[in-house]
Amino acid sequence: MLGNALLLAIREIRRNALRSTLTILGIVIGVAAVIVMVTLGDGATRAVTTQIESLGSNLLVIRTGQHMGPGQSSSAPAFSLADAVAVGRDVAAVRTVAPSASEPMTAIAGNANWATTVTGTDNRFFEVRNWTLEDGRLFSEADLRSGRAVCVIGATVRKELFGSLDPLGERIRLNKLSCEVIGLLLAKGQSTMGSDQDDLVVIPLRTLQRRIAGNQDVTLIQVSIHDGESTERAKAEIERVMRERRHIGRGEQDNFSVRDMKEIATMLTGTTRVLTALLSAVAAVSLLVGGIGIMNIMLVSVTERTREIGIRLAIGALEQEVLMQFLVEAVALSSLGGVLGIVLAIGASIALAGVLEVPFVFNGRIVLTAFLFSAAVGVVFGYFPARRAARLDPIEALRRE
Amino acid sequence: MTGAASGPEERTQAPPLVELRGVTKVYGSGAAAMRALDGVELAIGAGEFVAVMGPSGSGKSTAMNILGCLDTPSAGSYRFRGLPVERLSRDERALLRRGHLGFVFQGFNLLNRTTALENVELPLIYRRVPRAERHARARRALAQVGLAGWETHTPGELSGGQQQRVAIARAMVTEPSLLLADEPTGNLDSARSHEIMALLTGLNRDQGITILMVTHEAAMAAYAGRVIQFLDGRVTSDSRPDNDQAGQG
Repeated sequence: MLGNALLLAIREIRRNALRSTLTILGIVIGVAAVIVMVTLGDGATRAVTTQIESLGSNLLVIRTGQHMGPGQSSSAPAFSLADAVAVGRDVAAVRTVAPSASEPMTAIAGNANWATTVTGTDNRFFEVRNWTLEDGRLFSEADLRSGRAVCVIGATVRKELFGSLDPLGERIRLNKLSCEVIGLLLAKGQSTMGSDQDDLVVIPLRTLQRRIAGNQDVTLIQVSIHDGESTERAKAEIERVMRERRHIGRGEQDNFSVRDMKEIATMLTGTTRVLTALLSAVAAVSLLVGGIGIMNIMLVSVTERTREIGIRLAIGALEQEVLMQFLVEAVALSSLGGVLGIVLAIGASIALAGVLEVPFVFNGRIVLTAFLFSAAVGVVFGYFPARRAARLDPIEALRRE
Repeated sequence: MTGAASGPEERTQAPPLVELRGVTKVYGSGAAAMRALDGVELAIGAGEFVAVMGPSGSGKSTAMNILGCLDTPSAGSYRFRGLPVERLSRDERALLRRGHLGFVFQGFNLLNRTTALENVELPLIYRRVPRAERHARARRALAQVGLAGWETHTPGELSGGQQQRVAIARAMVTEPSLLLADEPTGNLDSARSHEIMALLTGLNRDQGITILMVTHEAAMAAYAGRVIQFLDGRVTSDSRPDNDQAGQG
C-alpha cells in the first residue's frame, strides 16, 4: 500500500509539475541554505585547524600566568632555563623542549628600521615550530654557549630591512646590540590570529638574556611530544612537574598554563562555530516557511480533489488509507525539495568555497540531517491537510463539483 | 400494498440480501428538521434487479446512501446479509463497501487524467489484489463492457456512454453482491441509455449480481424485475411488472 501510495504521489506531483516546483522551492532554498552555511563553517574551521597544525604537531605551550585568551594573561613569575630542563628530563613523553623569551624591539639595518619581536631561544625552537631554513645556518654550539650576537630572521624582517639584497653576513642593530644575520627562514605566512608569523628575529637565548633583557627569565616553554603519546597525559605530567618546581600547594591555582594546539584551535574556532550555528538557524527558518507552503498547497489539493477522495471512500478506502495517500504525497514533495536542495547546496558550497578560499568539507551528517528534516516537514505540515481529506464525508465529497 | 405481500414471501424463500426495517433519516434538528426517510420497510433478495423511482426529494437518494453503507439511519435497522450496518464503524462500513458493493453514479465519477484501466483497477488496489491479477481482471472487465482497446484512454478522451461503461466495469470488477446505480443513464442520450441498461441487465442475468437502480425514466425502470416507488420518505408501491425477470434471480 505504501509503494502504491508513493506511485500515486509521484504521479500527482508530475501532473502538477509547475505547481509542485514552486511549492518545493521553499524547502529547496531552506535545505540548501542550511547545508551551505554548515559546509562553509566547517571549511573555515578546517582552515583554522590546518594552520594551527602547521605551527607544530604535538605542540604544548607552557606560559606564565593563566592564559585567558589572545593577549590576556595574569602576571606571574617567569620560568627559568632549569624549568625547561626539568620538563625535558622528568616527563617521559617529551621529545623536545624549547625555552624562549621575547622582547618587542625595533630592528635597524642601514637606514631601514622595522618594529618586530626578538626571540631568544635555541635550535630546538625551529624544530618544535616546524621552521625550515631557507638559506644560511642555524646557531652553532658556540653561538649558544657564549651568547654571540648572531641572528636568524624571518621573511618579513628580511624584506623590510634588506629588500632584494642578500642579508647573509649583514648586520642588524637591536638597541645597542649589533647582530650578524646567519640564517634566513622560509616564509610561513599569516597565522590564524591574523598576525604575521614571518615577522621575527631569533637570537640565542643567552644573548637575549644577557645583552637585551638583562635577566635570566624564560617566558615561554614550547614542548613537542613523541608521536603516539597522549597529549592529555603529557599535559598533566608537565603540570605536576611545574607545580612542584614553582611551589604551588594543593588547592592553589596554577600561575602558569599548559595548552595544546587542539585547545588553542578550539578557542579560535569557537567564534566560527557560533556564527555558523546562528546562520544555520536563520536558514532553518526558511525550511519552516517552506513547510507552510507545502501545507498550503496540500490544502488546495485536497479541496480540488474532493470528488476523487469521495470516489475512493465510496469504493472502500479506509480513512487511514486516504490519510496515508496525502501524507505520502506531502512527504514525497518535501523530500524531493530536500534532495534538490542538497544537490544545489553541494554545487553552491564548492563554488563559494573557491571564492572565499576555504576548503570544501563534505559533511555527510548535515546532508542526512537536512534530508530527514525536509521529510519531517512533509509529515508535520502534510498531516493536517491529509487528515482533512481522510475525514471527508463520502456523500458530500461525491456531490462536490 | 403488493410490497407488503411480497416481503414475507421473500423471507420464507431465502434470507434477503439487504433489509431495511423502520428506517428513518432526519436531517437537521428542531423546527428545521427534515424527515428524508420515514419508517421505510424494504427487503431485497440476492439476484434481484430493482428499480427505485420517485420525484426529487422523495427520499430515494437517501435510501440509496443508506443501502450503500455511505450513510447510517437515524432510527431503525439496516441489515446487510444479516449484519447490522447501523452499528458498524465508519471503517467497518468502508470494508463492507470494499468487499461487497459496487457503485455507478449519474456523473460517472471516474478519476480524471487517469486511464480507463487504472480507474477499473482502483477497487482492486484497495482489495490488495496482486498487480498481474489486477491488470488481467481490469482488462477482462473492460472487455466485458465493450471497451477492449480503450484501456489507456483517460475519461477526457471518452464519450459519456464510454465513461459510464468504464464506471460499470469498475463497479463489477470486484464481483460485488450488490451493485448500486444512481441514475446511471441520467447524463446519456436514449441510444446510449439503452446500451447501458442492456449491460446492467446482462450483469444481473449472467453473473447474478443484485442491482439496485435509481431512475426517473419509466423506460429504464422497465428493464428491472421489480419497481419500487418512493414518495415523501416512504415506499408507496412495490411491484413486479414482469414475472419472467423476477424468476431469473
